[in-house]
Amino acid sequence: MIAALAPHAPALAQLGGDFFGNRKNAVNRCPGNNGLCPGWIVDNINQYFTPLWEHVLLSVVPLVIGFVLATTLALLAHRYRFLGPVFLAFVSALFTVPSIAFYLILLNVTGRGYATAVVVLTAYTQVLIYRNVQTGLREVPSEMVDVAEGMGLTRRQILFRVELPMALPTIFAGLRIAASSTVGIAGFAFFAGAGGLGQEIFADPTFRGNVVAASVLMILLATVLELIVLAVQRAFTPWERAVRA
Amino acid sequence: MSTTNAAHTEGSSASAVAASLEFVAASKRYPGQDKPAVEALSLEVPAGEICVFVGPSGCGKTTAMRMVNRMIDMSDGDILVGGKSVRDRPPAQLRREIGYVIQQIGLFPHRTIWENIATVPSLLGWEKKRMRERSDELLELVGLPADFSDRYPAQLSGGQRQRVGVARALAADPPLMLMDEPFGAIDPINRERLQNEFLRLQADIRKTIVFVTHDIDEAIKMGDKIAILKEGGKLAQYASPAELLMYPAEPFVEDFVGSDRALKRLALQRVRDIDLWKAATVRAGESTAEVRAKLADADIAIPLLVDDQGRPKGWLSERGMQGERVREELRSPADPIVELDDILRDALSDLLGSDTRYGPVVDANGAVAGVLSMEVLSHALSVPAEHIPTPSELAAVEADAS
Repeated sequence: MIAALAPHAPALAQLGGDFFGNRKNAVNRCPGNNGLCPGWIVDNINQYFTPLWEHVLLSVVPLVIGFVLATTLALLAHRYRFLGPVFLAFVSALFTVPSIAFYLILLNVTGRGYATAVVVLTAYTQVLIYRNVQTGLREVPSEMVDVAEGMGLTRRQILFRVELPMALPTIFAGLRIAASSTVGIAGFAFFAGAGGLGQEIFADPTFRGNVVAASVLMILLATVLELIVLAVQRAFTPWERAVRA
Repeated sequence: MSTTNAAHTEGSSASAVAASLEFVAASKRYPGQDKPAVEALSLEVPAGEICVFVGPSGCGKTTAMRMVNRMIDMSDGDILVGGKSVRDRPPAQLRREIGYVIQQIGLFPHRTIWENIATVPSLLGWEKKRMRERSDELLELVGLPADFSDRYPAQLSGGQRQRVGVARALAADPPLMLMDEPFGAIDPINRERLQNEFLRLQADIRKTIVFVTHDIDEAIKMGDKIAILKEGGKLAQYASPAELLMYPAEPFVEDFVGSDRALKRLALQRVRDIDLWKAATVRAGESTAEVRAKLADADIAIPLLVDDQGRPKGWLSERGMQGERVREELRSPADPIVELDDILRDALSDLLGSDTRYGPVVDANGAVAGVLSMEVLSHALSVPAEHIPTPSELAAVEADAS
């Protein structure tokens, strides 16, 4: 891995030069309170809005693409059982690649920018979503499939009318984990030159006010995305809330 | 061969048609196994009857049932539904015309009750309004309130879910139903009730039913005909419950039905079905000469004192007969009192629990209809099996009476 990265050493240096500490004078803006002052955050919150929006796009777009892709893979694996372990090994391997290495590898392919970040972030969602779709489908009790088949549903009807709906709670659980994890990993998207709240943090990492403001926004974003997924889940799975009368 | 019979049309949703079912040397052989799972099974189920497949585990009863709707494809032979081979149509289409109930019930948890019931109708492209109407009709038929329609299965008890499972199987009015241990997961008390309810329902709808169970008592109770299968998928005997209990075809059947088969036969008949002793019923104040004349004609030498409505008061003592008129002097109370609708097994139990070994039988109004005794019961057991009605005949009689 290190050998593979060696040719990129100049690029790494360039990335560092671009991003680390390019706002060093900011430290003096809030000398007291160890650099953490709520007043400064309130006054300067505007400068985080554009990075926040970038971060939203860096999270939501990979989640949507990742959901479609991982679900497709899981459905293929459901239909052709032998593909299951192959896909799982592949998406698990993707998840283990460090993001910096990922960006550097892609520099020669997709260049720097938003697209590269989306490719990498999408790759990271795969294992979380794929595994849950597959588990959800596998955990549908066999008698449900049996009785559906016995009543004359075709394979496709069984999938769309029985198996997928019954797997929804597990699928949504995977999507929620993927949502918060993507918001976190998108903090490194600036390596690909795609901006986001991570860029703000690394632009002035010694100024606590800055770090805290950007981090809290990331946490809020992750929470909101999770809540949105949860709301969609509740809308799609009314039976989960049906209480015994 | 007449293969499709118009059955009863009375009752709320009674459907029109039941189909006959015929196994023609149907076999199932799995590759790599030397013994077949089902071996050349041949039997005919007339339209509108319940045929129970029963046998020890591994006897191929479920396999045989699942070959009918091609959940398992037979290796050899044929199965005819309404005279047509099940192989003539695509499996999915065939299955929509065959009701299917399994032990785990398998209601879809993500669908409301009415949506569950409408599973097959929706596959057949019915309109929503018609499906909801059909669902309401079926809920009523299986004895569930209409406001269950919009609930989810998780909100129902086991017995209620089982009824919905039956309603769902009936939704598109199939001429044939397959039921795989449908009451197997229900506790004994509710099972008995659901069995009775189902027999009453069947008396109304008259479907052709294949019913799989491992429980011989359930088979005797539910079956018009019973197919006993033994290991290797061989048919050991195919007969009515009474025949099976009276004339087991081979030691395996004898073993399987159990050594208490005479007692089991008692469960097949009700007190009203057998010849009772005639009693000399007397009222207080009647002339003793008349009573003596009645006694000469009666099957039991003790007069039975009754009230004005003919309800039994007790067995009259000698002293009560000493004058010119009958006086109310009892030698023993009228105990036990048996009802015409009691099954013989329960009646026997009552007799065994009393000192007298005989007791008055009363009709629905409580009036004496005869006397049941141990002798009467043992005579009933010697009656040829052909005269013993099948469960659906019994249920039909009951439905007519109510």
